[in-house]
Amino acid sequence: MTLIDHLPVLLVAGPIVASLLTLVAGWHDRRLCYPIALAAVLGEFAAALVIFRQVMGGGTVRYDVGGWAPPMGIELVIDTFGGFILATIMLLALMTTLYAFRSVTKEIPTEKTVSFYVIFQVLLAGLIGMTITGDVFNLYVFLEISSIAAYTLISATRKPHAYVASYNYLVLGSIAAGFILLGIGNLYVATGTLNMAELAAMLPGSYDLATVHAAFLFLIIGFSIKAAFFPLHLWLPDAYTESPSAVTVLIATVMAKVSVYALFRFLFSVFTLAYITEIYPVTGVVLLIATIAIVAGAILAIAQDDLKRLLAYSSVSQIGYIMFAVGVANQIALEGGLLHILGHAVMKGCLFMVAGLIIYQTGTARLSELGGIARKMPLSCAAFALAGASMIGIPPTIGFMSKYYLVLGAFEAGLWPYAAVLLVGSLLAAAYIWRFIEIAYFGGHHDEHHRTEIREGPASMLAPALGLSLLCLLLGIFVAVPLEAIGLAVAQLLGGA
Amino acid sequence: MIEAFSELFFARYNYWMAIILMLIGLYALIAKQNLVKKIIGLNIFQTAIFLFYISVASVEGGTAPIYLPDGASAVYVNPLPHVLILTAIVVGVSITAVALSLVVRIYEEYGVIDEDELKEAVRGR
Repeated sequence: MTLIDHLPVLLVAGPIVASLLTLVAGWHDRRLCYPIALAAVLGEFAAALVIFRQVMGGGTVRYDVGGWAPPMGIELVIDTFGGFILATIMLLALMTTLYAFRSVTKEIPTEKTVSFYVIFQVLLAGLIGMTITGDVFNLYVFLEISSIAAYTLISATRKPHAYVASYNYLVLGSIAAGFILLGIGNLYVATGTLNMAELAAMLPGSYDLATVHAAFLFLIIGFSIKAAFFPLHLWLPDAYTESPSAVTVLIATVMAKVSVYALFRFLFSVFTLAYITEIYPVTGVVLLIATIAIVAGAILAIAQDDLKRLLAYSSVSQIGYIMFAVGVANQIALEGGLLHILGHAVMKGCLFMVAGLIIYQTGTARLSELGGIARKMPLSCAAFALAGASMIGIPPTIGFMSKYYLVLGAFEAGLWPYAAVLLVGSLLAAAYIWRFIEIAYFGGHHDEHHRTEIREGPASMLAPALGLSLLCLLLGIFVAVPLEAIGLAVAQLLGGA
Repeated sequence: MIEAFSELFFARYNYWMAIILMLIGLYALIAKQNLVKKIIGLNIFQTAIFLFYISVASVEGGTAPIYLPDGASAVYVNPLPHVLILTAIVVGVSITAVALSLVVRIYEEYGVIDEDELKEAVRGR
């Protein structure tokens, strides 16, 4: 076997080794941490791309950890869906790492930067593991690894509020993890296996057991908490608002998307489309809650005065769009949903980066104090405007394409009223994005005199934000590129493969 | 009636115990004001799940899988859930450690560990 054959396990082992290396190097010299972290993330990104190419060319990649064949051993499985998510999250992780350098220097106390980069890598290890594992218990372990890392990173600014936000997230996240563990236990009782492919093959024989229904409900509620699916989103606004800017970008894009991915995995790969639509029909309920999430999240966003909190509530609304695809559950809508996973990661990443830049330069994210900021930071605000246009769904951005597919899917399923809600959601998104745009571009000058020193942020922070905002546009124009992988992934999901 | 009850409760008492423990833990998590007591509730909740796994694995008269005095035909308990729960216990310990250190920090910053008083203090800042 060559190195390429071992890539799946290296993807998980890489960040763990990198975190240890960072720790040792940080002992020697604190300045060595960042280059190691950057090199590790670059390597992981390259590995993710190689795996993605392999999956697109030759189908699902399977790897038996330690040479133990499943069901005895743990299997790593990367199918088109997993490869797509892997490439997406590693792209965002790379952008975040580029962005993190200056942001961390300013926001994290110097003596904590070493532990920051160590835990950063552990978080990535957990998230990558969740994406590529083929074993449900293994998924739980990776989920907890990433969660514990996230609880720690959220409180990394060492601001008092951040501790409270982290504590609340820890309590809710642990309840979620407990539910997931219980669900996995029920699945094991019903089938005697923990391998996802075997579960999918054996579960249909036990579909009428109450044990399986209980497992399903525990899992779906657990992952809904982790993915912040309305009304289980209560941890999200504080966690996003209080964490350091780089961490906000990472958990709002990468971590949120991986939780949604795990939910999709269980809904469509472990359980099947037939189970969630016919045997234990939940799609109708999910659709209803998703539409409420879209509207409620957006209305709550409009009411906020803090830019980061506004964007956090916007995330609640956007998760609703992705879950809307589950509710409709046909090929076109799910293509829209997966496209929105990519699109939302890119645009929300950009928006939070700009919010972080503004905090970096002005020290505040209160909208009422940011009047006329666009005159001082034109590039940042332009990036915000472009990503914001994508959030609203203005063609030809990626946000428009994903919503377009969702609406088409809803039409195909004959769900006209629900399609109308999607459009209402877009209007509300326009309202909260416009609030910032209006203040930034047309806001007052009343405190101009003492903020003449405010300039654009450092280039290493600005470049990733601009890159992601351009990506919103490019992905929208060349939407066929991601759709090629997404179409295949959705076909696999719906086929129960 | 009594038979149905005993069938429902006594024959499956291990599950009921796990459920009761789990609800006690969840109650403490939701209703207790003290941040440390919430963590204790979380621990009870997790332990209930651990016990559920362990009780599922048990076989009447079963021995440990590596101690087989009757040879390969011996009845032994399912080792897999034990292994899984060993991992989950480690996870639970780590969560508790992180949670308690956060409570220590909150106490240092605000001087309270009562949830209502903490909300007041957070609003006050």
